[in-house]
Order: sequence, then structure tokens, then C-alpha cells
Amino acid sequence: MKNLIQRLVETTGPSGYEQDVRALVRGEIEKHADEIRVDAMGNLIARKGAATTKSATQGKRIMISAHMDEIGVIATHIDKNGFIRFTNLGGVYPRNCVGGRVRFLNGTSGVIGQEKAGAQEAKPLSEMYIDVGATGEKDCPVSIGDVAAFDRPFTDLGDRLVAKAMDDRIGVAVGIETLKGLKKTPHEVYFVFSVQEEVGLRGATTSAYGVDPDIGLAIDVTGSGDTPNGLRMEVGLGKGPAIKVRDGGMLSDPRVIEWMVAAAKKAKLPYQLEILEGGTTDARAIQLARAGVPVGCLSIPCRYVHTPSEMVDYNDVRNGVALLVELLSRPIDLG
Amino acid sequence: MVRTAGLSGYEAEIRRIVEEAWRPLTDELSVSKLGSLQGLKRGSGGEPRPSILIAAHMDAIGMMVTRIREGFLHVTEIGGIDARVLPGQVVTVHGRETLSAVVVEPPSWLIPPADRSGSTSLENLLVDTGLTPEKVSDLVRPGDLVSFASEPLMLGKQLLAAHSLDNRASVAALTHALDLLQTRVHRWDVWAVATVQEEETLGGAMTSAYHLQPDLAIAVDVTHGKGPGSPSDKTYPLGDGPALGLGPNIHPGVYKAVKDAAERIEMKTQLEAMARHSGTDAYSLQITQAGIPTMVISIPLRYMHTPVEVVHLKDITRVGRLLAEFITGLAPDFMDGLSWDEEA
Amino acid sequence: MANLKIGSTQIKLLENLCGTLGVSGHEVKVRKLILEELGDLGAEHTVDALGNLLVTRKGTRRGRRLRVMVAAHMDEVGLMVSGDDKDGIYKFEVVGGLSAAQLVGKPVVVGKELIPGVIGFKPIHLTTASERSSGVSLDSLRIDTGGAGNGKVKIGDRAAFAPYFAVLGSGRTRALRAKALDDRIGVASLIELVRNAPENIDLLAAFTTQEEIGVRGAQVAAHAFDPDLAVVLDCSPAHDLPHWDDDEENTRYNTRLGAGPALYVADKGTLSDPRLVRHFTATAGEAGVPFQFRQAGGGGTDASAIHKVRAGIPSISVSVPGRYLHTAASIVRVSDWQNTLRLVHAALSGMNPSLLNTERV
Repeated sequence: MKNLIQRLVETTGPSGYEQDVRALVRGEIEKHADEIRVDAMGNLIARKGAATTKSATQGKRIMISAHMDEIGVIATHIDKNGFIRFTNLGGVYPRNCVGGRVRFLNGTSGVIGQEKAGAQEAKPLSEMYIDVGATGEKDCPVSIGDVAAFDRPFTDLGDRLVAKAMDDRIGVAVGIETLKGLKKTPHEVYFVFSVQEEVGLRGATTSAYGVDPDIGLAIDVTGSGDTPNGLRMEVGLGKGPAIKVRDGGMLSDPRVIEWMVAAAKKAKLPYQLEILEGGTTDARAIQLARAGVPVGCLSIPCRYVHTPSEMVDYNDVRNGVALLVELLSRPIDLG
Repeated sequence: MVRTAGLSGYEAEIRRIVEEAWRPLTDELSVSKLGSLQGLKRGSGGEPRPSILIAAHMDAIGMMVTRIREGFLHVTEIGGIDARVLPGQVVTVHGRETLSAVVVEPPSWLIPPADRSGSTSLENLLVDTGLTPEKVSDLVRPGDLVSFASEPLMLGKQLLAAHSLDNRASVAALTHALDLLQTRVHRWDVWAVATVQEEETLGGAMTSAYHLQPDLAIAVDVTHGKGPGSPSDKTYPLGDGPALGLGPNIHPGVYKAVKDAAERIEMKTQLEAMARHSGTDAYSLQITQAGIPTMVISIPLRYMHTPVEVVHLKDITRVGRLLAEFITGLAPDFMDGLSWDEEA
Repeated sequence: MANLKIGSTQIKLLENLCGTLGVSGHEVKVRKLILEELGDLGAEHTVDALGNLLVTRKGTRRGRRLRVMVAAHMDEVGLMVSGDDKDGIYKFEVVGGLSAAQLVGKPVVVGKELIPGVIGFKPIHLTTASERSSGVSLDSLRIDTGGAGNGKVKIGDRAAFAPYFAVLGSGRTRALRAKALDDRIGVASLIELVRNAPENIDLLAAFTTQEEIGVRGAQVAAHAFDPDLAVVLDCSPAHDLPHWDDDEENTRYNTRLGAGPALYVADKGTLSDPRLVRHFTATAGEAGVPFQFRQAGGGGTDASAIHKVRAGIPSISVSVPGRYLHTAASIVRVSDWQNTLRLVHAALSGMNPSLLNTERV
């Protein structure tokens, strides 16, 4: 699975411009899915399991959502010396930008610099620029409106994996492996590889309306509390995939939490309970679709979220896949 | 109701109580996908009958355990809580057992230096159950809920002080309306909905409205009562009748019809100008599907989102009577005459 | 191809629209004016639960036609009377993004009868230096109608800047000044489009409400119309003033006056569908209409709600650039307005179902 993760994280696909990721995902799943379509927003929706009617007693329609987009930047102005001014797509923090490398969709690479180069602290994004080595507007290979994402190679540290865009390519990887590993299911499962999560859960909003599921689960990263003087949360790398209880935008349905905990216990898989203060996932959007959907979220604990070097534990990832396969393989009675 | 927990996202306990109260008052009861209680009281008009949805959120604010350190609990908020009201508050921890506990403020040297000035933030407060760390780790885990435990208190003959009057007072008013409707004729179908998660996402109202597709919707909630500590121009006196909302989140035609209903029964009301959003379920009800004409009726309440919220009991029954009068006065063709052309 | 012109009729219409009081949540007068303007067309129309005016003009070309929603918001930022201080003096709250600094010392009109009032300010003689440097507090401001308000102005009444309409300059660089150009200019354009509806599409015109306070009207209008795609006509800030340092460029102008219609690639609320961006830029090229890209970043339009409705609606916004929006006196160029109208009409006229045949890329 590490090879798949590497290919996913090293693809450029900021919010609104996920086509290269979509092509990769499609290539991985097309032999394994029963039906694939792409909706108006660009969400890739793959069905596994027989299409049921909503009145079917055993099978439920389940939506699993992992977002393909990563945070990125968009060019706003090319100045007379060829420096590119930009703004953010999603949560890009100035402190992670200075000296960073970015790659535009058209393949151009660049470095982020900031005004008053000698300053100690990071300036706001409006006082930064991208240098692609151009000398003026005419020879600049980037135009206003072009988008870029951070550019860092994937690094395998054994149990720990580091890359940009683990948020949420790791979720995408879990989704792909689950889809492949799901031999039999009594349910109608829609794996939605969603778009534009980082700018406001937009893809999940529209795909949840379209899929109209009985139950929804997002697969996304969450923070971890196991770094020096770090976030104050119980979740840590290597202690298992996290079952989300609450985050900044959503309260998981208690019945879904119970379902997930019971499945983890039954399959003897490690898990942790997660509360994230600040931040949310596609699950929030699914919960509010149409007449409402009971939702939860399977989280992969991650250090350094929204930096170019996000770190996850490989065992948490594989256990996440195992838990999802377990959840989707058996009948569900939420009670 | 105010003694029952039922924090946003975990409303099962309060729903049981409301369900018991509504069973004899409604023709059908159902629970939405997110847990809202939906009670239908059928109208007497011929089919197809228009319907009105009355939403009163049953969820309450509170806290949730995030971490446990040496038997002390760290919490995060559910809904909006001003941490300054917490030190010394008696609370209930809903773990494997129900435990009584208190919110405590650690001495300043036990708080990070950067956080020591000003008041203690929520992340630095602790909840102490009085039990040993071993017992706590058996009985409590992250994700468990913590609710206010202050006892309801009558202040004089007419004022009630309790936590969760936001919004159980409105659920009571709606229940009173259903009770009054038992002996009155109304042509329209009435959906009484005790909604969930208003304090977090307005999700209960939105999803029930999506499913039930009413022609009109009214949100019953609380508004700021006149009292110490609050500005006089954005607050409304207790005991002077319901506050009727007016503004972009309210359909002026529905406002007028509700005002007319109040005048018919000679009930004094107060005008609450809401320049932008109403801060209630009406905000999500109004833009559900192709849009629903909405109205907001509020009960004045002092010290909102504290464990000592205060209402005037008469205001609760008045809201019930106003709802009943409005509903019985709804003609079958009311929607045909409804337009947004408030005095051009 | 129709050659839509901005002439004295259109300018007069815009003056009437800008002179109308239509603060978010109270757009009734603007709606009435639009209905009067379009009355002779006999077009199918409704007013929905949020007060949106929805007008349908079906195309006449045979075969499958795209259903295209075109939206412009009727509401402006303004004030709501929230308290009566007696003597015709009123407290108010702000509706939409309007800063205290823009309110002081301005004439306003209040309520149904457009009663004149002023928002006064403490005389300089009575202020201290530290007061003068610390900004204006909204809570201290009041609307003063003299005695005229007594008995006529009530809590809940809306107020907005006095009209101030003027034509500035002449010829190619002629400009218009008024309050509420955001988005009465979009409304005026949409009226022209409805009059000259192209026959290859079903034009679903939405004159929306409450854009300024959370894009409320557009959301339900899009749900009701359920179109194939949407084009939003708004007015976008032009911050194209000089940098304080002569040697520095202003790199954050957002849009520029005189550079033509501003196409949105990304704002805070929407990432425009790239297929529509390409269609509009190609159309501009073919039709010889100048255009600019609005700089990505903050702000939003009706598209931010529309594109997320139901299972998603491909959307793009096209704005007339305007300086000093959300103030008493905004400024636009007639040429930009003309070019915006021409571009949108040409783009609509060139739309057919194959536009959305490819995946969103």
C-alpha cells in the first residue's frame, strides 16, 4: 500500500483542480467497482455492492467519503519583475510557506519568498510571492488564476510515513484499499472521492445530496496530542485508527460510534476515541444532507497537519482499512 | 424537562420525556434521522391540507470530556458557553454511572504562564468528581457528557430560574399549544417538532423541514430578557408577553398574521427587530429546499446560556396560547394570499 | 448577434433602480420596479418564499436546450431602525457589510416614505486628539430626521444612503456614480438580458434577495429552478488606486476600472467551473470584448450558494468592476457595463448542451 500512498501524495491536486488525483484513483478502482461516475462538481463516485432500494431490510446505502483535494495556492497577480502574488485555497498558514516549494498544475516549480526577507516572523500571505525564475510578465510561465500545491517527496520512515497532502490522500488510499478488499457486502456502498473539502466541504455537500445515503462515514486525518507541548488531545500515532466522537463542526451519531467501536472490538483491532477541537470533515456535510444522515468519521491520526510534512503511522492506516472492511462486510443495525 | 440532560447530539433522554407528553396530544409521532421528535396533529380541512411546522429545539448546551489527567476531567463545550460562568458550578458527569461533580479553577501556578492573566479559559478548567483516579478511569472516558446540575428555583411566584430553559421553555410552550388544540378546530396540519442540534448546526430543523415540507414554519425560541448586565435596547422585559421577530429571516406576511392573532386575543407582544439572522432554527428553516416563509416567536429570558436562566412562567403559557390562536385562525387558502409585499 | 447597448434608457433605469430603497430583507420596491419594467413581455414569473423574483423565458430553438440560471441580487447593504430616542432621532443596526466610517456625516432616507435624515457626528471642536485617531464607534451613531420622523418612522423600518446619482465625464471613459451599484447594475443588466433573451437556451432569471447577509435568496431560487448551470451578475470591488510608494505596484487591486467585465476564477465562496471560465474567455476573444480576471481571494457572490445546491450546479460569476462599493458613492464605467452585458449575452447565445459533456476539468 505504500506505493499507492506515494503516488497519491505526490500528485498535484488543490481544491477545485483535482483531475489528476481523480485519474489516478479511477485507474486503481475501475476493475473493482461495480459502477463509476463523476458528478457535476468533479466528485468520483464508485459503487460496490448491489444497488438496493431504500426499503431493503438487510442492506443499507452507505456513503464513504475521502477528499481528493489538498490545500494549495492560486496566482492573483504577476508583477513587472515576474514574481507571482498569490492567495490561499484552504487552510494555508504563512509560517509553513516561507522557503517552501510549490508545483503548479502546468508543472512549473517555484519557491515562496516573503517581503522584508530578513524578518524573523512570517508575514501574511499578501506579503509573500512565488519565484519561478521569471524576469517579467512576458516570460512567466504562470498566469493569473493558475493553481499550485506544496511540493515535497514522500518519505518512508518504516512505521511512520511523511508527505504533503496526507490530508486527505491517506483517506483516499484507505478508501481505495477498502474498496478492493471488500469481497462481499450486503450493502450498497458508495465510495465518494470528494472534491473541495478544504474550502468548505463543497463536494461532500453535493455528492451526499446525490447519493442520499442511510449512513455516512468520512475518512480523514485528525490531529494528535503526542508531540512536545502539542495539541491537548488523547489521540496519538500508533494507537490505532480513531473513531471520531466530535470535532469543531460535527457531533457523530452515538449509534454510529457504538457500531464502529463494537466492530473494532469484534475484529480485535486497536482503536481510539477522538475529540478534535477545531477543524471538521466531510461528515458534517453528509449529516445535514436532505432529511439528515447518521454519520461518523474514521480518522487517521496525523502530526503536523496542513504543513508540507504530515506524518501518519502505517499501522494505523492498515488497521483503518481492516476496520472499514469489517464494518461494511456485516449487516448493520444501528438500533 | 429542565432536570433532564439532552445535550446537542445526545437528545435521547429529553426526547423520551417530550414523547410521553406529546403522545396523548398528537395523531402520529416519529423520529427523524438525526433524532428530532416530530408530532403530527391532523387538521380538519379537506385533502390536500397545507401544513405548518413549529420548531422548538430540545437540545441544551453543556460539555464533553476530552481528556482525563490524574482523575480530573478536561472538557470542551457543546454549544456556546462563556467559561467565566463555570468555576464552582455543580455538574453531572454521564459516564458508565451518573456522577455528581464540580467545575474547578486550578490555582494559577498550575496553569500555563501564557494563560494566567484574565479569566481561566475552558481548556484550563477541570471537573472534579471527588473520586480516586482509578475509579474515574473505570467510570469515565473521553466523549462522555457533562451537563449542568443546578436545581430549578422559583424566584417569587412567577419567575423560574433553571439551566436549559433555553430551550425547554419553548418546548413547554409548544406542548401547551398542542394541549389547547385538543378542544379547538384547526384546518391545517400541525407538525410540532422538538428539534435536535440547534445549538451546534441548526441541523435538526433543516432536516425535518426537508422531509416534512411544510408550507409555513415558526421557530419558538428564547430571546434576551431585560435585566442587569445586558444593554437595554437589545433586551425585552419578562412578563410582558412574547417577542415577535421582524427582519430578513422572517416573512413579513407571516409576522402580520401572527400579530393579528395576538390582537384578536388581546395579548400584548413586543417587537423584536432582527436586522440580520435570527439566531434560531428559523435561519435554516427559511432556506430549506425552495424556501419556507418563516416566523420567530420568542420567550424573554435573562442570563442566557448560564445555569441560572430566568423566565416568567406566564410568558410560556402566552406563547402556547398565541400559537394555538394563530393555528386555529389559519384559513385553508392562507398561502394564496401570502406575499412578501409588506407595505411598499 | 444582438448588439446590446447601454444608452440613455438603460442609464435612466439604473438611476431609478439605485434610487430605490431595497435593504436586504426588504427588496419589495426593487421587485415592483423590475416587474413594471418587464410587464410588457408577459413572461412567466413568480415571487417565492424569500421574496425572490423568478422569471422564465423559454428559448425557441428546437431540440434540447440548456436551462441557464442567471442571477443578480436586488438587495443593498443598509440599516434597520432598532430604537427610538425621541425627537425624531433613531438608533439603528447595520444590515450587511457597512462600516461606521462610511456612515458618518451622510444623508440617508428612511422607511416607506423615504423620509430624509442625516447621520450626524460630534463636531471637531468638541473632540480630543485621541478620539479623532481612534475610529468611529457604530453604537454612538444615530439617524436624525428632525421632527419629520415622529409618528412615521417605526422600529424595523429600513434606511439607506440618499441616492447621489450622477453621470461623470463623457465619451469613452464616461462614469456613473451612485449608491447601491452593487448590485443594481447587475439587476439592470439582467433586465436587458430578459428583454433580449437568446433563443438557444431557457433563460431562468433570478432577481434574488438577501445576498448581502448570507446569500439566502439565491440558494432557494437555485433549488426551485434546478438549472443545468448558472451565471451570476454582480459588481466587484475595484481597488485600483495608487500605492503610497511611487516605486511600488498595487498588486491587490482585485479588478480595474476600464479593463472590462471581471470573470471570477475563485473567490472565498466559489471555485468557478473551469469549463465555464474557458467558454467565457473564448467568447470574449471571438466577440472582441475586453475582459479581466477578478483576483482570487475573499468576497463572494450568489454563486457561493447556487453551486452547492442539490447535486451541484456548474457556476461562474461575471461582474462589472466598481470602486467604493458599500459606500454612499460607488463609481463604475459605462464601457465596463456595456462590455459586461455584451460578453454575457454572447456567452449565453453560444451555449449548447455539449458545454457540459466533459468532466469538470
